[in-house]
Amino acid sequence: MEVSRHWRLQAQRYQLVGETCDSCGVKLFPPRDVCLECEAPAQELYTFTGLGEIYSYTTIYDAPAGFEHNTPYMVALIKLEEGPLVTAQLTDIDPSEAVIGMPVEMVTRKLRTDGDEGMIVYGYKFRPAVEELTAV
Amino acid sequence: MNAYNPSNGLMRPDRPVGIVGYGAYVPRYRIPAAEISRMWTGGTGGVPIKEKAVNGLDEDVATMSIEAARNAMLRAQINPQEIRAVWVGSESHPYAVKPTSTIVAEAIGAVPNTQAADWEFACKAGTEAMQAAIAFVGSGMARYALSIGMDTAQGRPGDALEYTAAAGGAAILIGPAAESLVLIDGSYSFVTDTPDFWRRAHADYPSHGDRFTGEPAYFKHVLGAAEALMTAVNRTASDYRWAVFHQPNAKFPERAAQALGFAPDQFKVGLLSPRIGNTYSGSTMIGLTAILDVAEPGDRILMVSYGSGAGSDAFDLQVTERLLEARGRAISTEGYIARRTEIDYATYTRYRDKLKL
Ligand SMILES: [Zn+2]
Repeated sequence: MEVSRHWRLQAQRYQLVGETCDSCGVKLFPPRDVCLECEAPAQELYTFTGLGEIYSYTTIYDAPAGFEHNTPYMVALIKLEEGPLVTAQLTDIDPSEAVIGMPVEMVTRKLRTDGDEGMIVYGYKFRPAVEELTAV
Repeated sequence: MNAYNPSNGLMRPDRPVGIVGYGAYVPRYRIPAAEISRMWTGGTGGVPIKEKAVNGLDEDVATMSIEAARNAMLRAQINPQEIRAVWVGSESHPYAVKPTSTIVAEAIGAVPNTQAADWEFACKAGTEAMQAAIAFVGSGMARYALSIGMDTAQGRPGDALEYTAAAGGAAILIGPAAESLVLIDGSYSFVTDTPDFWRRAHADYPSHGDRFTGEPAYFKHVLGAAEALMTAVNRTASDYRWAVFHQPNAKFPERAAQALGFAPDQFKVGLLSPRIGNTYSGSTMIGLTAILDVAEPGDRILMVSYGSGAGSDAFDLQVTERLLEARGRAISTEGYIARRTEIDYATYTRYRDKLKL
């Protein structure tokens, strides 16, 4: 169970893997093994599409340790198209561009680097959905 | 079964294979060459390209490879658990020791039943990984193998390479011919020991042999590989609808193409360096993705990489009907190029982490 728990956390961070409730079908992120709606056990893994929209946002100018190289950066509450709300950084965006309801998509980016010698931590962020600007 | 012919150097697996998925990635930021020139020469020098792509503060070869790999997976529509190799070729892996490929494999859901490794051979690390993937699938050891060429290239401030060293690349998923968007008829490698460009273990920036980079390095290997492959498969420039070469600048690939008998309408679509710069390990492969975004079934493509040190890998490719339905499933290469935010030299310095405080 240890290994699979670890894998689930990693999958949650890299690919937005949550759970779906077997009895009522609600999608859960992050995975919590018990349905928030009907309290049935939710064990089935579900990979979210990564598409959603900005529900609310703020700009961080004074960052905690490990994040100071990225200031200013934006943090938002994202409403995923499957329903759940997720807190995440926005990326590839200027603070002036953000609006509530803006379509966004999940990308995997560097979250934090522990100095010159420590680990690089990767995880999900959201960016404005890339419109296809050329004819396909 | 292909008869092995030791005399011509052609590499062709026993089982026919092809490209079942492809994906590009170009970061959002661009610095015009004129802005770099303004910094160092007061804008008086000529510039080798219009502008180059620069990665954002939270991007590196791992994150960029993940996005290209996801695009390849969107086009392939296969189960990631059937991938048996995730190979990333780069000169700018984020860790000196710790594979980039494991991060990519994890992010696309290919773990744990997979091979994972990082490849190095200057700018041809990605196409080497492609050849190895062809062998892996062609031998029957794997149904699918993923090869990636990606870089966030480094140029010493003020050096000629600073105008072109750029960020971007592509992922190519190899699989059985029957599922392929593009068939691979064969490949060929041309390698010699040539000290045209290098970076020592603890140096931040590469060194290069100035005038040594053209004729004895790039042209000798690119032309040597292209000619040997075309001879081995018995084709000439007119048999190919498209050609793509490694792109350290705008001029070299253009000259190589013309020397081989290719016309601009055959090589312009894959020639991206004037607008995104030299993406090193990504350069030839992302040029191929731009061609695949527009190619028609039956079109033949010649692809030739180049890596300093030195060597070239050449590939003979042919588009199938399946490409037409697959390509619209992910963002096109031109779509990424059109997503463009111009930055000035000060911002560039911050993004490239060149500010030593
Ligand atoms: Zn429920």
